Amino acid sequence: MVEVRVLGSGCARCKELEKMCYNVAAENNIDADIQKISDLKEIMSYGIMQTPGLVINGEMKISGKLPSATTLLNWMQEA
Amino acid sequence: MWFVTGLIVIWFLIYFNLERLAVVIYNITGLSSVKDGYARSIEFFIYEVPKVLLLLTIIVFVMGIIRTYFSPEKTRALLEKKSLFLGNILASVLGIFTPFCSCSAVPLFIGFVEAGIPLGVTLSFLIAAPMINEVAVILLFGLFGWKTAVIYVSTGLVIAIISGYIIGKLRLERYVEPWVYEIKSNRKGTGEDKINLQDRIDSGYTAVKDIVGKVWIYIIIGVGVGSFAHGYVPEDFMAGIMGKSNWWAVPLSVLIGIPLYSNAAGIIPIVQVLLEKGASLGTALAFMMAVIGLSLPEAIILKKVLKLPMIFIFFGIVGVGIILTGYIFNLIY
Repeated sequence: MVEVRVLGSGCARCKELEKMCYNVAAENNIDADIQKISDLKEIMSYGIMQTPGLVINGEMKISGKLPSATTLLNWMQEA
Repeated sequence: MWFVTGLIVIWFLIYFNLERLAVVIYNITGLSSVKDGYARSIEFFIYEVPKVLLLLTIIVFVMGIIRTYFSPEKTRALLEKKSLFLGNILASVLGIFTPFCSCSAVPLFIGFVEAGIPLGVTLSFLIAAPMINEVAVILLFGLFGWKTAVIYVSTGLVIAIISGYIIGKLRLERYVEPWVYEIKSNRKGTGEDKINLQDRIDSGYTAVKDIVGKVWIYIIIGVGVGSFAHGYVPEDFMAGIMGKSNWWAVPLSVLIGIPLYSNAAGIIPIVQVLLEKGASLGTALAFMMAVIGLSLPEAIILKKVLKLPMIFIFFGIVGVGIILTGYIFNLIY
């Protein structure tokens, strides 16, 4: 199971990223545990300075922008 | 690469022939023989809209590429261990180039403070970043010429530097929520340093899609309103209210501007109408700075990390800075 964490306190892009993760996982039958983290202290413990942030299996993948759907799929499959 | 070069060549061809194109349209439609207000309005509109949109597209594209060289992480590293005044200057300048969205103001604030960057320096960044943005600068350049754009950028920088410096001197750390100082993050980064030229160009495209895709409608509406005023509203309509002779016009414009929230694209056409109809430059610029530099939503977001007195001091000092700028410009021009 892939552990996906979307870090963001409610900006438009954060919601978009969360939706993207659900879609990519569903379309490719990836068994993923997707959770959105909106607690600021917890977000900050990952050391990012721009939201949204994306953590896959504990690894910080991207912050401040959206990945393309292909990139996101690659990350999820690699993990 | 060829594709980008091709697009840029096409851009130059269109941009530098816009006036000719406008004249052609103007003659074909027979508008040139009409001496009425609406003809002047349409003339203004068919030239200004493409001009501003073209300028915006190229600058947003270039800024999108430049910004890939200035991640917040790099900016933070540059600002660490800088003395107060030098730090304020550097933070304000970096505020122009570092990617910034007000929704990320809090993580950015915490990231800076946690790295030991002084509060005043951090705030210089947070003042400059939203106030001096490329959309504002380009629209000012396109509609009022390069002098106004330069004036806007330089006064914005001065306000950010001095306000941050004063806040630093006031030692207001006690008004920062204590939990901010308790956060210990692991700074591993996202490994985004390994990006190549194609990635940077892609960032340029993304910026154009995001920003131009969002603001084009404001520009059309705004220039439309501006065109209408161009043809119909009398020249000195605003002179009585926002002209130089009214000493209270500047503070009032700033007070009205703070709760108003708009992106630069939405506010500039309004500024254009104000200026054209007799408002003085200082008053109009002060209004614009207050609307895009100080905003209620940003105050609410910052409330998570700053206590209320700090927010008032922050807005108060920047507000006074904007008012002074307004007066200075009204004196000069």
